[in-house]
Amino acid sequence: MYQLALSRMREFYREPEAVFWVFGFPIVLAFALGLAFRNTGPGKLQVGVVAGIGDTALAATLDSSPRLIATVLDTATARQRLKTGRVALVVVPGDPVVYRYDSTRTESGLARLEVDEVLQRARGRKDLVAVRDDRAVAPGSRYIDFLIPGLLGMNLLGSGIWGVGFSVVQARQRKLLKRYMATPMRRSHYLLSFILSRLVFLIVEVVALVGFGWLLFGVAVRGSFASLGGITLLGSFAFAGLGLLVASRARTIEGVSGLMNLVMLPMWILSGTFFSYSRFPNAMIPFVKALPLTALNDALRAVMIDGAGVTTLGTPIAIVVAWGAVSFVVALKIFRWR
Amino acid sequence: MAGLDLVVQGGECFGLLGPNGAGKTTTIEILEGLTVPDSGEVEILGTPWREGAAGRALRERLGIQLQETQLADKLQVGEVLALFRSFYRQSHTVDEVLALVGLEEKRKARVVTLSGGQKQRLAVACALVSKPELLFLDEPTTGLDPQSRRQLWEIIRRFRADGGTVLLTTHYMEEAERLCDRVAIMDHGKIIAQGTPKELIASLGADHVVDFALTEGGIANDLVEVLRQMGGVSAVRTGPDGVSLTVVELHRALPALLALLQERGVELSLLTTHHASLDDVFVALTGRQLRDT
Repeated sequence: MYQLALSRMREFYREPEAVFWVFGFPIVLAFALGLAFRNTGPGKLQVGVVAGIGDTALAATLDSSPRLIATVLDTATARQRLKTGRVALVVVPGDPVVYRYDSTRTESGLARLEVDEVLQRARGRKDLVAVRDDRAVAPGSRYIDFLIPGLLGMNLLGSGIWGVGFSVVQARQRKLLKRYMATPMRRSHYLLSFILSRLVFLIVEVVALVGFGWLLFGVAVRGSFASLGGITLLGSFAFAGLGLLVASRARTIEGVSGLMNLVMLPMWILSGTFFSYSRFPNAMIPFVKALPLTALNDALRAVMIDGAGVTTLGTPIAIVVAWGAVSFVVALKIFRWR
Repeated sequence: MAGLDLVVQGGECFGLLGPNGAGKTTTIEILEGLTVPDSGEVEILGTPWREGAAGRALRERLGIQLQETQLADKLQVGEVLALFRSFYRQSHTVDEVLALVGLEEKRKARVVTLSGGQKQRLAVACALVSKPELLFLDEPTTGLDPQSRRQLWEIIRRFRADGGTVLLTTHYMEEAERLCDRVAIMDHGKIIAQGTPKELIASLGADHVVDFALTEGGIANDLVEVLRQMGGVSAVRTGPDGVSLTVVELHRALPALLALLQERGVELSLLTTHHASLDDVFVALTGRQLRDT
C-alpha cells in the first residue's frame, strides 16, 4: 500500500499543471480577492442628479458629503448610467424629491441612506442620539479572514475529488485496474492508497494557503494548529472518499468530469466559500448545512476565526466523517474494477 | 465461446492461436480468473478460482501480462517494478527482473519514453517479478518489430528453462511453432484443433505446400481434377490468388506439375514451395488465410 501511495504521489508531482491547480490557483485566488476586498474604509459613491430646477444646488449639497460624488445629468444619460451601474442612485429634484435606484444593489441602498441623510440634515434635521463609528479592521473580522478558511475547504474538496477521480478513471481506461486485479493486491489497499497519498498533499496545501494568508494579510489561526490539522485531515479523507465514489463507475474521463462538476458546483455556491450561506432562504439552510463542504467550512472558520476547540464542533465534524465513511464504503461496494 | 476443453501440463509452453476475434483473450482471461465464465470449470495449478484469500494465494503463484494494459507514463521503469513487486510475498528484486528482460539501462527512464518493444518487455517483467510458476502472456509480440519479437522469445525460453509453465496467445503461427510444445487452434470461439505443432502439420498428410498462379488468370475445372489425381498430391485448393497443392513427395509432384502445365501450354506467373506450417493447417481447417481475417 505504501508503494501504491508512493506511485500516486510521483504521478502527481510529475504533472506540473496539476500541481499548479491544486497549490497555486487557490493562492492566486486568495491574493486577488484579498486585494479587491481590502478594508480601506467605505469608498465614495457615485450619484446622479437629473437636470431640473435647483439641480446644481442639490448636487453641491450632496457633494459636500465626504462619501458622495454627485454629477448633474440629463434624464436619458442618468437612466443609462443607473442601468449600467456607473451611478448608484439618481436623484430627481422637485417636491417630493425622488430617489431612483435598484433596491437589490447593496451600494444603491447605501447611497439611498447617505443621500437622504445629507438632504435632511441640510434642511435642518438634528441627530437625537449621540453615536460614534468603530470600524472593524482588526484581523479576524475582515473579508479575507472569512475567505481563507473557505478557500481552504474548497481546495480540499477540489483536490480530493479531482486528484482521486481522474487517476482512478485513467487507470480504468488504461486497463491498469484490471492488471492490478491480476495480482494478489487487496482491493481495499488500492482505495486506501488514495486516501494515504492525500494525507501528504494535505500538509502541503494547508501550509501553503494558511502560510500565505498569514504572511500577506495577517490572517491568524486563533485556535490550535492541532485542531486545524485534525479537521483538515478529516475533511480531506471525506473528500477523497467522495472522489472514489464519483469515480467508482465512470469509464471515461469525460464522464467523470461531468459527475465531478455535478458534485462540486453546488457546494462551491451553497457552502459559504465566498459568502455566508445565511443569505439563502431559511428553508434551504438545513440542506446546505448537511453538505460536507459547509460543515468543513464552518468548522475551519470556528477554529481559525473564533479559536474554537475541536470538542465544541461535534456536529460539523460528525457530518464530515459520515460523508467520508459512507462514500468510501459505497465506493468499495460498487467499484468497477475492469 | 463454447465447448472449450483444455489441459495444460506443468513445464510446457501451450499456445492458443487463432485470428483476431477468435476468443483467445476471453479464454485466457477466464483462465486468469479475471472473467467469470457463464458455465464450466477452471482449475489453475490444481485449484479452482475463489474470491478472497484463496484467490489471492493462487495469484501469488501466477504471472500475468494483459494485452491492453498501459502502465503509468510518468513513472520510471524501476518504480513500476517496485510497485508490482510490493503486491507479492515472494518476488525478484527490481535489479534481478530488469536483468531477466534486459532493461537494466532503462531503470531510471520514464515509461512514456520507452519503445513499443521495451514497453512490452516491461509488461512481461511485471508478470515475471513474482517468480511465477505459471506465466500467462496475451499476444506478447503483436505489433512488435522482428528484433523485439526475438528478444521476447528469448525471455520466454529462459523462463521455461528454469522450469516455468507458459500459456500464451498469438496470431502468429510461426511464433507458436517456434515456442510452443502444444497448441490449440481457435476460430469463432471454438477450438478446432489441438496437438503438438508437428502433429497438426502431419495431419495435413503432407510436408510441403506448392503455391502457383497462371498468367492467363482462371484455372479450368478439369485441370483441378487432373491435379487431384496426380501422384504425391494430397489436397488441392483454389483461391483468388492461385492454386495451393499439399504435397507428400515434392521431388515427384513438382516435375509432374511442370510437365502438365507445359503440355497444356499455360505459363506460370508464380511458383513457390515451402514446408507445411501451422498457417497451412489453419487454411486447411477453415478455408481462410489467417492474415485475411
